[in-house]
Amino acid sequence: MERKKILEIKNMNISFCQYQKGMRQEELPVIRDLSLSVHEGEMVAVVGSSGSGKSLLAHGVMGILPYNASMGGEILYRGEPLTEKRIRKLRGKEIVMVPQSTSYLDPLMKVGTQICKGKKDLVRQKKLDQIFSRYSLAKEVQEQYPFELSGGMTRRVMISTAMIENPRLVIADEPTPGLHQKAAKSAMEHFRELADMGAGVLIITHDLELALETADRVLVFYAGYTLEDAKTEDFCKEETLRHPYTKALWRAIPKNGFQYIDGVQPYVKDMPSGCPFAPRCSRCSEKCHGEIPYREVNGGYVRCVYDS
Amino acid sequence: MKTAKFITKQMIKMFLLLLAVSIVAFALMTASPVDPLQANVGQTALGSMSPEQIQKLEEYWGVGQPPVQRYMAWLKDFIRGDMGVSLLYRQDVTKVIAVKLANSLFLMIIAWVMSGLLGFILGALAGMNRGKLIDKVVRGYCLLISSTPAFWIAMLFLIIFGVWLKILPIGLSVPIGVEASGVTFLDRVYHAILPAFTLSITGISNIAMHTREKMIDICESDYMLFAKARGESTWEIFKNHGFRNVLAPAMTLQFASISEIFGGSVLVEQVFSYPGLGQAAVSAGLGSDMPLLMAITMISALLVFGGNLIANLLYGVIDPRIRRGGAVR
Repeated sequence: MERKKILEIKNMNISFCQYQKGMRQEELPVIRDLSLSVHEGEMVAVVGSSGSGKSLLAHGVMGILPYNASMGGEILYRGEPLTEKRIRKLRGKEIVMVPQSTSYLDPLMKVGTQICKGKKDLVRQKKLDQIFSRYSLAKEVQEQYPFELSGGMTRRVMISTAMIENPRLVIADEPTPGLHQKAAKSAMEHFRELADMGAGVLIITHDLELALETADRVLVFYAGYTLEDAKTEDFCKEETLRHPYTKALWRAIPKNGFQYIDGVQPYVKDMPSGCPFAPRCSRCSEKCHGEIPYREVNGGYVRCVYDS
Repeated sequence: MKTAKFITKQMIKMFLLLLAVSIVAFALMTASPVDPLQANVGQTALGSMSPEQIQKLEEYWGVGQPPVQRYMAWLKDFIRGDMGVSLLYRQDVTKVIAVKLANSLFLMIIAWVMSGLLGFILGALAGMNRGKLIDKVVRGYCLLISSTPAFWIAMLFLIIFGVWLKILPIGLSVPIGVEASGVTFLDRVYHAILPAFTLSITGISNIAMHTREKMIDICESDYMLFAKARGESTWEIFKNHGFRNVLAPAMTLQFASISEIFGGSVLVEQVFSYPGLGQAAVSAGLGSDMPLLMAITMISALLVFGGNLIANLLYGVIDPRIRRGGAVR
């Protein structure tokens, strides 16, 4: 049975307007030509290194971009355009975001009340109790303040803010930083559970290994571009991967040889023309500096001129 | 244990502060060129007096005694609770102050509550709606008021409401030509309206501007963004998060602003001839009434210190991070 598409993003662009010296304005493109889709019950991970602008993807979908950012492209939610008016109605109900860090919790509001958005009726209270026992959080935690929680507890509390609703789409922004291996893994498993319950889950993370353990599909994000969109199985061996960067990532995983390549991703302001990975790529040639198509290869997508 | 330590520390602080304030106030008065005899008796009267009479007066005003000796004598009495006799009013300083303080407190409390409430509301509104019309109006008002001297505004109101419109009295705290027993509470309120209003108006701008800054910080925080992402309406966001987070700093500000209200009251009372503590302070200073001025100085220092202390304590009560975190300052 074909699963229904929950979220589809087509050619999304996000750029910042920045003031340079004096009054000169400059557009800084942070996300370029990003396309992805999330189906019901599917967990998709967008993996990219820090500072590649992937958090803005979540903010863009939720309609909470800062005032100096602008977004282009198309976002479809359950087949229909997700307009600003529509996201206002849906966010916090059908579409939920799980934030990055404790700073996204109000420091002066008790955890329980905060999860219920200040409205604690009997139904919500009951649901909250269920969620807490599911995540093995003590009932007393409801009466605590965010600063009293440990890192792992904070994580579970933030996932609870999503669970208290009936989400069809969950967008998690960096759900595992600062957590030790075990806590990070269990956090990811909680998202997996949400997907298994039928929601579409979009995880934005820098941790490829962790993503590979739980997600169904992985998008590789590099300097604002999506270089590859691959099934998790494709990561079993190097040959099924499509893009040289993804292959390099694969080889950097300890059990696959722990090899690294030199260089860092280019900063938005000095982006090379054509493929952003070209300066670090061993197969770089003349045609890599021209227009690079994003095309379908073996059931996945790749932004590269070579056929792997 | 912690509380006991905190209280002891605050008491020592207060004691040292009062001591320092009294020394400075006394030194300033001693250094002032005001000649008490000339100021209070008058040049002409002084000229027609015999040397014996002048000497008697000099003794009364303490002229010629070494300052250190005078200060020590004052301090000894003050510690025993005796604030001396006012040289100008020829009454116990305690009595004079009781009357003046009651008048001033009436005025200051109205102004303090009004400026606090209005300042908070305006500041929060402006902060939540940064850059919009309401923000511009509030900011414009605040900048205008805070760059205008309080006494000038007082005079302006006096002209408008007292002289042109004639709806409010031009001064004093009670009606003229009425016996003390015949003065009603309403009379007092009626006379306090203009000075209290002036004081509030000038107090608002400070509170509003600070609250606005704080509110803007809060609005830029991650938790406000998350609240928006969770579909909370602007009102819910304010009610659930904005208000909660701006309250503690606003309260601190409110109690710390006692000093400003006090300072403002000196000028405003002067303009409205309102017989309060501020006016008494001015006449005591100009008339070299050492005991009265010292007492007023001490009381105002206490009031301001008390305000700041309450602000500190309140922070601990409101903010759970301090209350539960055990980080008692």
